[in-house]
Order: sequence, then structure tokens, then C-alpha cells
Amino acid sequence: MSGPARVVIVGASIGGLTVAESLRDEGFEGEITLLGDEPHLPYTRPPLSKQILAGEWRPEQAAIRTAAELDELGIRVRTSRRATGLDVEARTLHTADGPISFDELVIATGTQPRPHPVLAEASTLRTMDDALRLRERMDAARRVAVIGSGILGSEIASAARKRDAEVLLVGRSGALGFGGVGTLLSEDLVRLHEAHGVELALRAELVAAQSAGAADAPDATALEFADGTTRTVDLVVTMIGGTPRTDWLASSTLELADGVVCDRLGVAAPGISAVGDVAAWHDPITGRHRRVEHQSNAIEQAIAVAGRLAHGGEGAPPVPLFWSEIHGARIHAYGWFDPERSLAELPTAAESAGIVYGSHDADGELRGIVGWNAPPREFRTARAAVVTTARPLIHHS
Amino acid sequence: MSILVQTDACVGAGQCALVAPDVFDQDDNGIVLLLEPDPEGADLAAATRAVRLCPARAIALSTA
Repeated sequence: MSGPARVVIVGASIGGLTVAESLRDEGFEGEITLLGDEPHLPYTRPPLSKQILAGEWRPEQAAIRTAAELDELGIRVRTSRRATGLDVEARTLHTADGPISFDELVIATGTQPRPHPVLAEASTLRTMDDALRLRERMDAARRVAVIGSGILGSEIASAARKRDAEVLLVGRSGALGFGGVGTLLSEDLVRLHEAHGVELALRAELVAAQSAGAADAPDATALEFADGTTRTVDLVVTMIGGTPRTDWLASSTLELADGVVCDRLGVAAPGISAVGDVAAWHDPITGRHRRVEHQSNAIEQAIAVAGRLAHGGEGAPPVPLFWSEIHGARIHAYGWFDPERSLAELPTAAESAGIVYGSHDADGELRGIVGWNAPPREFRTARAAVVTTARPLIHHS
Repeated sequence: MSILVQTDACVGAGQCALVAPDVFDQDDNGIVLLLEPDPEGADLAAATRAVRLCPARAIALSTA
């Protein structure tokens, strides 16, 4: 068959692994090498802030593939291998253990947590090792402060409450966010946290932190906020967003903005593609290059790129789909959300305990939905009604 | 080929029931229900796509 002989994938999380598996699904018979800088074989990250942190899962339960399975698929996995540079023209990847040449390269290096300006050393969460360390610290902590008003901040607050800690959730803005839904769900999320005993401090800017260790609380930290209030806690977790892991590409000729800039098919340069959290694909809906930090987006981009590499096909552009479980509430979102237009409750069956919210564009078309403990069938029905064609969400004048 | 589901990993995203409705359904909490453990033909192709799309890796194809 035609096509590249050697595909190298940098990043062994869900995006990178799904490219490799999907290449095999598509009948690609060439060489596939998957590099990851962690010591682990590929695992899924969403359970880290949920089941792993709450102590409900052992690390093995987040593993995706065994070494034997990867072997059988002909996917050569190199763990603990860090990419250090890229020569676009020569199609050569540089790693800490020497150069690797490729016909096609797929960049799937994801993001890393942004360090908090005041608490650069505080606990945060990206990897399995981070989650296991954090879980251990949570075991010893009676008072936990979570800094960050996004989905991950809410999930970690929820996991800490499950472990009976006193939890303070701190956000610099006045609202809680939920990924691509923005802050449209903030009031519901605030009510949910309050109902489960989380103390919220919104519009609270952390300005200083210092060690306040005492005999009965050796790891205590005193937090000071811009309004002069202080709070002493045993554990601080910062979750103020991620930055794309593109440091290793700084000296390459690839265009980097917020992530690796790609066209609408995920092409960054001839022979080079990018998928997942690190990739800023051109989005026909907003007319901009933008990154999407959600598992399903990484998977759908990976499937599309694998199809294109294997036989030149153009996959459908991913529609955002993301979910969370916070204090036991199942929240799913699908589609696009205009931050300027509030959500409207869609009609559901009378006996339904859950809610389906809709987001409509200026023409009244349904463009996004949120299910809040929604019955699955109702969510699927609403999902089928979402307009996903490439028409702009917001009319720019 | 048969389908294996791991219900404790399922997050109820519903991708499987959407792309392979004759193979998968969801219970009232959104958790995957396996309707057809040994799909064939078009159902097998749809189930394979569902395995790949599942955001929680809660379903798998087994050759055993």
C-alpha cells in the first residue's frame, strides 16, 4: 500500500495512542513508534482527578493497553523518552536518547499545569504520579484549599470532600467555569458545591503564602488574600489552567501560538500533524485556531489524523463533547456555547429528575446542550438536534 | 469477536449507544448496557468505532 513507511508519535497519552491504534484499524502496515516521557504505558487521565484521587481505583485500572497488546498491534512504545527538538526539513525528531527519523510525525504532547505565581511549588495534577502523591497528601490533610475555578478545581474539591476534608475552593474570577461551556453553569455549580459543604471564595486573589507548620500540622500553609483575609490549610492544590507543552519545539520552524498551529485537518507542516490538548486546529465554527482540552476531542482528532495518514481521507471535524462528575452529579456537554447567551432549559419528560440545557445561536438554532443528571436517552435525543454544520456561532460585525 | 464492557470505568458519555445503537444502550444513570455481545457485519464495524470513541476506554473487543 502507499502512504508513509514510518510514523513517529510524540506523546503516549490518549491522543497519541489513539493515532497508533487507529492507523492499525485503517490497515496501515508501516512502522509505528510511540514515545512517552512518563515511565508508564498509556493510561487515561480523566480518572486521575476522580476515581484515583478519591481512592476508588488502583492505578492499574486507568491503564489502557498491556505491553503484550501493544506488541501484538505492532506499536513500538518507548517510555521515559523525552523529545528535545525537531528538524522539520530533515524530518528528524531529536530525543534525549538520540535522533529518530520519520516520514510522518504526530505531536501529542498535551499540556502542563501552569504554576501559580504565588505558590509555584504547590501540588497540582497532570500525571498518574502527581495523582498518587496528591492522594497521599490528602490522606494527611484535614483542611484543603483548591485554587482554580475550572472543571479540575471543582473535581478536586469534590474528591477532597469525599475524603471528608474541609474544603475551600478559591477562584480569582467571580464564577465557576465548565470547559467549553464557560461560566454559563456557574450558579448551578456554586449551589452544588455549597450543598456538599465546600466553602467558596470567588473573586479572591491569593497574594501570599507561607509555611505555618505547627506540631499538630507540620505541613500547614497560611494563605493571604488581596482583601486582607487569611486562611491556614494543610494542603494547597493549584489548578489554574494548562499551557501547551511546546518548549521542545521552540527552535523548530513550526508556527507556535497557544499550541501547535494546524490547519483544519491537523496539519502543522508537510509530514507533521498535531492532535489533542497541544494542537490548535483551525476551527471553522469560530474562524480561529484554538486548542480544546477535552479527552473526546483528542480521540476524534486522532482518528481523523490516522485516517488521513493511512489513506488520505478527511475525517469530520470533532464536535466538543466533555463530561464531569462533581459531588455525584453527572454533567455532560456537547457542542458550542456562546458566553453571551444564557442557557435555556429544554423540555424533558415530566418524570425526569435531570435537566437538559440548550444553547442557541443568534438565529435560534440549537448549537450546544448540557445534561445535568439527564436521562441518557433524553441527552441523546437532544444531541441529535444540535446543529453541527460549519456555520459561525457568533456573527462578527 | 466479542465485546467486553467495564461498567465501573463508564462515564456515560453515550458515544457507544449513539454510533452502535444495536449493540449498546445506557441505563438510567448513563452506564453502558451490552445488548449484543457478539455483533457481526455492520454492527461489528459500528462497535469497533464505539470502542475507539469511548472516552473512558470502558469497552473493548476481544478475539477470545
